[in-house]
Amino acid sequence: MMKPVYIRPKSLKRTPFHYCPGCGHSVAHRLVCEVIDEMGLQELIIGIPPPGCSVFAYNYFDVDMAESAHGRGAAVATGIKRAYPESVVFTYQGDGDLAGIGTAETIHAANRGENITTIFINNAVYGMTGGQMAPTTLRGMKTTTTPYGRDHILEGHPIKMSEILSMLDGVAYIERVAVNSPANIRKAKKAIAKAFQVQLDGRGFSMVEILSPCPTNWKMTPIKSWQWIDEEMTGIFPLGVYRDVTEKTSAD
Amino acid sequence: MAKILMDGNSAIGEAAIRAGCQCYFGYPITPQNELTEYMATHLSRRKRCAFVQAESEVAAINMVYGASVAGARAMTSSSSPGISLKQEGISYLAACELPAVIVNMQRGGPGLGSISAAQSDYFQATRGGGHGDYRTIVLGPSSVQELADMTMRAFDLADKYKIPVIILGDGVLGQMKEPVEFSREAPAVLPIREGSLRGAKGRPSRIIKTFTSNPSELEEINWSLFRRYTLIKKEETTCESFMIEDARLVVVAFGIAARIAKGAIKNLRSEGLKVGLFRPVTLWPFPDEPLKEMSKTIKQYLVFEMNMGQMVEDVQLALAGRGEVAFYGRPGGVIPNPSEVARVISRLYYQKGLK
Repeated sequence: MMKPVYIRPKSLKRTPFHYCPGCGHSVAHRLVCEVIDEMGLQELIIGIPPPGCSVFAYNYFDVDMAESAHGRGAAVATGIKRAYPESVVFTYQGDGDLAGIGTAETIHAANRGENITTIFINNAVYGMTGGQMAPTTLRGMKTTTTPYGRDHILEGHPIKMSEILSMLDGVAYIERVAVNSPANIRKAKKAIAKAFQVQLDGRGFSMVEILSPCPTNWKMTPIKSWQWIDEEMTGIFPLGVYRDVTEKTSAD
Repeated sequence: MAKILMDGNSAIGEAAIRAGCQCYFGYPITPQNELTEYMATHLSRRKRCAFVQAESEVAAINMVYGASVAGARAMTSSSSPGISLKQEGISYLAACELPAVIVNMQRGGPGLGSISAAQSDYFQATRGGGHGDYRTIVLGPSSVQELADMTMRAFDLADKYKIPVIILGDGVLGQMKEPVEFSREAPAVLPIREGSLRGAKGRPSRIIKTFTSNPSELEEINWSLFRRYTLIKKEETTCESFMIEDARLVVVAFGIAARIAKGAIKNLRSEGLKVGLFRPVTLWPFPDEPLKEMSKTIKQYLVFEMNMGQMVEDVQLALAGRGEVAFYGRPGGVIPNPSEVARVISRLYYQKGLK
């Protein structure tokens, strides 16, 4: 009998993804579900999907899920976790959600050291609404609201949330990863598992920022979008661990 | 238990704890800070309970949403400008059929306005307030005792009908001290609502959401909400009548304005004027049937509000031309005294030849 080497995670529903070909969301979803299965979290986890492309995340994750208003994921997660501390709570948020309309909620939940995990999908663009400029849009990058390229004099600079949040004392763990190669995808999964472990250990706020391709709105082929992450995006958003307090013996 | 002297804001806090409120999320704004401080002092020390001073009103209402998702009795409070910020969250709570209690200790507006008591958020509270077709139950207390009683009722109603409930108070009620008695002791075990999200252990996973790409599905959700609103209207509408049996003129007022009007009416009665008071206690649902009934015998009404005329529209809708409606209002946080209101009532009474 042959041993299966690749199966659908138990916590991933059989619903076909609605995501565009080459989109990073489906990979990120699968990674989170693999981690949920491997850590045995399916029966105690509660997920908070955002408005945006991943609004239908609850159709894919076979775990309890409550939709958040745009940007309010960290506040909703705070409410759930404070009401029911035994649960494992994660938010799944895009860059417009986390780094734009929800910056205050994100920063303050992190600063309070809320014992929650955030999966932050950074694809440098508002996807669902048709490719407008995001807070993380790169300088010079063309979007439907920066048709001549993002001009930092008028539109500012790409905001670096992992760097900003890593300065806060309530934060236990932050890593920026990418889902643009088999090697990077494996690293991303490790980071997600570590973030959930940090929460299980009660260490405080954890976040994994995932640089994620959006071939449709970047107007690239999926392969080109993978390359673009390496060539352009990681220059502005370098991969790596930004904060990790787990090496210390006690939380400070 | 014996009566104790308490300010209105603190009385709400104590009543909420006794109603089994597990989570309170607030943000400072005058004139309701005593409530936030009461919860910081008392709720935060209780087993399994949580107090968070949020970074904004927006965050606070969304924390309430989260706690309600997890099945806890949850509340937030604010005053007018802060309540505007909470409207997004209230719309989501209504859409997701999540119970919550929201206290609005109204102050003068619009804008940053004043910190003095007003009633100018009546429209906002009774028409839903945020985007979309929905209503919230709105309670209009007029004493510290009622603040305590209505806080307990608010939690029960919220759970019973899976709906956000607004306690529409004002700066006077929040600040003034009166003797108050609490009808319940805090529960030994905090109530956790059925159907909440606490991990899919031994059952299929659940989703709480509002978005759908199918308009017909959303239309049915709206129909379903409004069927429940019809039931609430039938079951929960409450009002108070005072000296209306032989009245030739009835003052209609809610909240602290009704308290002021009552003082005026008592004085006018001693002068022989046949005047009474009708006070809607639930502002939504509005008690239009009792008013309609009253209009068979009483034709002259004076609506008195501490705003430019908001509830007066509900009175006109209820009477539908069956009575004559006059209005007297003081907006901006001005608090008229009973003699001022008595002068207005008496002028109308004589002008209309009711003597």
